[in-house]
Amino acid sequence: MITVTGARKNYGDFAALDDVTLDIPAGTLTALLGPSGSGKSTLLRSIAGLERLDAGSIVIGGRDVTGVAPQKRGIGFVFQHYAAFKHMTVRDNVAFGLSIRKRPKAEIAKKVDDLLEIVGLDGFQHRYPAQLSGGQRQRMALARALAVDPEVLLLDEPFGALDAKVRADLRQWLRRLHDEVHVTTVLVTHDQEEALDVADRIAVLNKGRIEQVGDPVSLYDRPANDFVMSFLGSVARLGGQLVRPHDIALERNRDRAVAADALTGTAGGVVESVVERVVRLGFEVRIDLRADSGQRFAAQVTRGQADVLGLQVGETVYARATHGPDAYELDPALAI
Amino acid sequence: MLLPLAALTVTSFGEGWSGFWDAVTAPVALASLRVTVAVSAVVALVNAVMGTLIAWVLVRDDFRGKRVVNALIDLPFALPTIVASIVLLSLYGPNSPVGIHLNATQPGLLVALAFVTLPFVVRSVQPVLIEADREVEEAAASLGASNWTTFRRVVLPTLAPAVIGGTGLAFARAIGEYGSVVLIGGNIPRKTQVASQYIQQQIEIDRPVNAAAVSVALLAIAFVTLFVLRVLAGRSQRREEDSA
Repeated sequence: MITVTGARKNYGDFAALDDVTLDIPAGTLTALLGPSGSGKSTLLRSIAGLERLDAGSIVIGGRDVTGVAPQKRGIGFVFQHYAAFKHMTVRDNVAFGLSIRKRPKAEIAKKVDDLLEIVGLDGFQHRYPAQLSGGQRQRMALARALAVDPEVLLLDEPFGALDAKVRADLRQWLRRLHDEVHVTTVLVTHDQEEALDVADRIAVLNKGRIEQVGDPVSLYDRPANDFVMSFLGSVARLGGQLVRPHDIALERNRDRAVAADALTGTAGGVVESVVERVVRLGFEVRIDLRADSGQRFAAQVTRGQADVLGLQVGETVYARATHGPDAYELDPALAI
Repeated sequence: MLLPLAALTVTSFGEGWSGFWDAVTAPVALASLRVTVAVSAVVALVNAVMGTLIAWVLVRDDFRGKRVVNALIDLPFALPTIVASIVLLSLYGPNSPVGIHLNATQPGLLVALAFVTLPFVVRSVQPVLIEADREVEEAAASLGASNWTTFRRVVLPTLAPAVIGGTGLAFARAIGEYGSVVLIGGNIPRKTQVASQYIQQQIEIDRPVNAAAVSVALLAIAFVTLFVLRVLAGRSQRREEDSA
């Protein structure tokens, strides 16, 4: 369990953390999600003790560590660019934390072998980091961080330097690892897909403040505000309100659209639009539209719906939100 | 570059192998070589430590006048070495304003050589330190390593090739140094006379073979030192390079 209370950190005039309060329950995998400059990395580094807070406190596992050096916080930290000890073999990298704790050689050897097996690097003991791929280096860094049995594992954009395919694989792998190891994990990312994919809980940060904390489903379905809504998943602006593209229904007949809208009743009403482009993305079809107000937006429909509609570029269509923010169970209690 | 070296070698063997050997092992010649190598080795080691320390402070610390100090480091390179000798003589000579008298002593040699060779280690370590990945040190700290442990086990190994390289250059420069020691050294045979002064002396008394022989000996020492250090530095660097 990590408790951050009233954390503030300024760099000159820039407030990287502006009164951040956050609880991270023990054993969860929590993602700190936000755009660059939102303070998510600063928050993570403050938990690690790599940054000093200007104000506020940090408690890890019931112990106030606000003024404690990173060495004594019981953390494991994984950096975006691996921070591998280049002059040491994989084995020595992973053994580093244990060897400076002067553990018996046999114990270190066993633990390192176990960890390398868990991260899928057995057989690489005698390689140097330069001889590993990016993904392998990051798994080595993870094993190195886990070797000291940290109370919390902190990951700073751990997959940010990897290409898309490796990213996705490692993401799944991290999730499985977490299910096995159960160490309280905090992951910093700017990638909403990554956060939705691996995290139990997501804290969305913006401009040094926490916008909302919750599980992925409630954040997606019940965003506390426009920022959270547009940061998690894609959005379209329809008649002045933000809507998910897959929550836009299209009708060729105006009267039917108005009648249907009267039933579900969102504030946006029915928007007359012109089809600008129809893009088939496998199962989904994205339809780029332009409203009569000139506003461009995209609707996302299934292939079946698209076939029924049979829309052509230049045709007029009536769009309405089936599930606008008003229709979402807006939960102000989730907003902080 | 090779031509003068070849000419020198030919001259040194002008009286055959035994003539060369006798010239190098003549007691005064040998003593001058011994003094040169011993003092230079100490100077090189002092520079290895101090140079690394200065480079560290220049890269990692912020203080007023840092740019000036940074510029001053190169002064020994820019200054004619004889000027350095005069400066050191006026500072540590018979009329020393600070009350330290090093004239014609081995510590005097040491100070002179340390002064002229200071920039080598600083300038070779500095760029490596600037490029060094700070996150690696943070990673070590997060794993529980104290600052000293981090320095010793993580930072120093990455600096090692640069430190070794700079130290080798400082040593090679020190054994051949003449200008800076000519005034403060005192040129006392078997005590403070360095090889370069011995060579100068032999030329003056018209014994070119002796001079050339000791020169070749100096050359050999410098060459072997640089070669060995190169191998050492290469070894620690190779591990980091991609050999997959």
